[in-house]
Amino acid sequence: MTNSFADFAKAKLFIIIGSNMTEAHPVAATFVKDAVLAGAQLIVIDPRRSGIADFAHLHVPIKVGSDVAFLNGVMNVLISEGLYDKKYVESCTTGFDKLKAKVMEYPPEKAAEISGVSADLIRETARRLASIKPAMLIYTLGITEHICGVKNVLSCANIQMLLGNVGFECGGVNPLRGQNNVQGACDMGALPNVFPGYQRVDNPEARAKFQAAWKCEELPGKPGLMMPQMIDGLPEGKVKALYIFGENLANTEPDIRHVEHCLSSAEFLVCQDIFPTETTRFAHVILPAAAWSENDGTFTSSERRVNRVRTASDPPGKAKPNWWIFREIARRLGHHWESNSAKEIWDNEVSRLAPSLAGIRYSRLRNNGLQWPVPNDKHAGTPTLHGDGCFTCGLGVFSPVDWIPPAETPDESYPLLLSTGRRLYHYHTRTQTGRSKGINDLLGEETADISPEDASALGIKDGEMVKVESRRGEVVVKANVTNRVPAGMVWMAFHFREGCANWLTNPVYDPITLTAEYKACAIRIAKTG
Amino acid sequence: MADSFLLNGKNASFEPGQTILEAAGNNGITIPTLCHLKGTTPTGACRICLVEVAGARTLMAACSTPVSTGMDVRTDTDRVHQSRKLVVELLLSSGRHDCMVCEANGDCRLQDLAYFYGIKEPRFKQADEFYPVEDRNPFIVRDFSRCILCGRCVQACNEVVVNRAISLGYRGAETKIVTGGDKAYDESDCVFCGQCVQACPVGALTEKKAVGLARTWETRKIRTTCPYCGVGCQMWLHVKDGRITKTTAVEDAEPNRGRLCIKGRFGYDFLYSGERLKTPLIRENGNFREASWDEALDLVAAKFKDTIDRFGPDSVAGVSCARSLNEDSYQMQKLFRAVFGTNNIDHCART
Ligand code: SF4
Ligand code: SF4
Ligand code: SF4
Repeated sequence: MTNSFADFAKAKLFIIIGSNMTEAHPVAATFVKDAVLAGAQLIVIDPRRSGIADFAHLHVPIKVGSDVAFLNGVMNVLISEGLYDKKYVESCTTGFDKLKAKVMEYPPEKAAEISGVSADLIRETARRLASIKPAMLIYTLGITEHICGVKNVLSCANIQMLLGNVGFECGGVNPLRGQNNVQGACDMGALPNVFPGYQRVDNPEARAKFQAAWKCEELPGKPGLMMPQMIDGLPEGKVKALYIFGENLANTEPDIRHVEHCLSSAEFLVCQDIFPTETTRFAHVILPAAAWSENDGTFTSSERRVNRVRTASDPPGKAKPNWWIFREIARRLGHHWESNSAKEIWDNEVSRLAPSLAGIRYSRLRNNGLQWPVPNDKHAGTPTLHGDGCFTCGLGVFSPVDWIPPAETPDESYPLLLSTGRRLYHYHTRTQTGRSKGINDLLGEETADISPEDASALGIKDGEMVKVESRRGEVVVKANVTNRVPAGMVWMAFHFREGCANWLTNPVYDPITLTAEYKACAIRIAKTG
Repeated sequence: MADSFLLNGKNASFEPGQTILEAAGNNGITIPTLCHLKGTTPTGACRICLVEVAGARTLMAACSTPVSTGMDVRTDTDRVHQSRKLVVELLLSSGRHDCMVCEANGDCRLQDLAYFYGIKEPRFKQADEFYPVEDRNPFIVRDFSRCILCGRCVQACNEVVVNRAISLGYRGAETKIVTGGDKAYDESDCVFCGQCVQACPVGALTEKKAVGLARTWETRKIRTTCPYCGVGCQMWLHVKDGRITKTTAVEDAEPNRGRLCIKGRFGYDFLYSGERLKTPLIRENGNFREASWDEALDLVAAKFKDTIDRFGPDSVAGVSCARSLNEDSYQMQKLFRAVFGTNNIDHCART
């Protein structure tokens, strides 16, 4: 996030796109709701009438995967009607002419045709957006989980720059992170192309720096494989040994059948986890790990806030902290790492190696933590990135993009579109929420959420069992007939092994990030029996 | 420039628009409250915060009366204390406040006030008819016999988390906090964020999973960060003998300011599941058998070394965990880069 959650309570205009906040980020959503009660305007762009849409002044139900076309249409209006922030565009950005040329190819009528909402609604969205400054844009996986995820993100940045909303309190481009420490895992360099602090592995200076700090041999300069490539690399024989730490890939990745085939062809698979999962079934060695409140450490939230995690009790049996396990393996291969606690790892390594975290020490992480960048010991943290429109790396660059349709769209044999996501009561594959007493009582099984129109056309009643089929697999679940889902669409989650949407989802990826298209695939649905 | 008023005879400053309660608080005088919930519209329901204002015929509710320049406010007179004591006595007689068996014992505003005013014997006839306890849901026990109808839960649900699940229902002696249609929580619009429980000043709303685990004074509070979504809510773990008995939100902390959702508030006890992995396991003939750390780690190290020797460093790969600590991810990428010699390290960054 460029901005902070504290802005949510104060913002005057929100544009929320592809974010089911009240379920996936409930506490963040409460601040948006508070702001709306206090008079803020709220525009929600989502194919479904999500919980937060109940509070919206304008809900724009665009078709799944039409975000770029819709946003280009809105920008077309902003430019044609002279509603954009000319001063900001001139002084803080570059590439406006190219953006203009591109969005001129998307007059509201054309954008309307692609996105399934009226040209007037597109115009109204643009006018409302331009009426209050700054506006805060919030997005989640509805933007990224597409083959055009990067284009979607660029469109969000384009429109916020065009409106002059980047670099201010209560403005900015704000992706909400699904998992508690996705931000942190990225910051720590658990990515194939960067060291901790986003220092690129293909930069020889960065390599030299880390090589000296880690007292190791020459570090590899070629970016590594991304996760889907690792999985596919198993049956191809490119990847022989795979080490999976804490992820239940056999349920979370698209096309479960394919993923399981890959995992079963690993020559050597190590799983390190707190529970046996669908994935550990394929392991050769399983290592038991300490969980959350069984060790000290830090998490970094969506708003770049580094905060402490503290020990409440010992891990069960022989389970050990994860950092200890990695250290022990290194030791067995002749690498003796000095740091021998989470605090030592952070204070002596992370904060010395990552410039944006240089001012963060455990001794400073009392109370509310610190928001990076924190370049030195005196720095109080950075609630808003790109302060006052000055981008950290010079001018903000417009990146015009074209719309492309989802890889698989409904056709005669598979006439409905399946989109997937999270529900309030559970978290991911339920390895934790499923074992926390009471939560299963509230939500004990998966459902296929379907519109009253489609349900009645197919003769499906609420609560009846239905078979949902895609080109990859099929599941049998209960139908949940709800007017929150538009006609033509079915919506499911991935919390339960039985009826997991990922038996159906399409393993196609954004070419740059390799994020899978969880949000769109073609299915058919019928009553069972 | 802040304006000034008289607080217990001394000059005190205030900001325009502040209530007596807020201004007194800023000047170091705590006025007791039961119904007041920070950040929501004052209801003036409990009458505990009454203060004397020179020139006013009656006592004034500090939570809803704005300060004005020169106002002469007294929070500590006999009249004030008599009135507060009476309110406490009336509240005590209106419910079944048998503290000994109450989950809130030791963490109850009403008990604190009764103690402060030295109330030992009931002065009024004790009410004895109550709505039955409702605990059909997995998380929250609603004991109406302890409810003082302060309305904080209603404020929390409607004005803080805006889930609009409960309101004040019926009238007079029948008054009750109700969900839409007066259904049980599990059949209502309630989403089990537990904000009402956090707001309840007495033992009328309590955490079901905490029942019988600890008296409030036996627990230690440890501050930590929620392990679920990327909001990063700050919470207290209430811990007795190494077991979390409940969690509460840290008030006035960023980013959550005293709020949690169902996952943060009630999703902690997976830790104590009997299914936890407790020992290293090695696959043998299609089954897993228990192993020592040394054996398991030796095997992992040897296998990775052997694979790298035979097929090169890029034949091994690792997926880190977006749920785990920063320090864990740091160590794992260091292992892959510095020891194994590959950049094949990633995590579920994209889901
Ligand atoms: S648990 Fe949350 S939603 Fe339910 S009544 Fe309490 S405050 Fe409202
Ligand atoms: S349940 Fe608790 S918070 Fe709600 S009115 Fe009763 S005493 Fe007050
Ligand atoms: S309490 Fe809920 S909103 Fe807050 S971090 Fe945890 S899961 Fe997210």
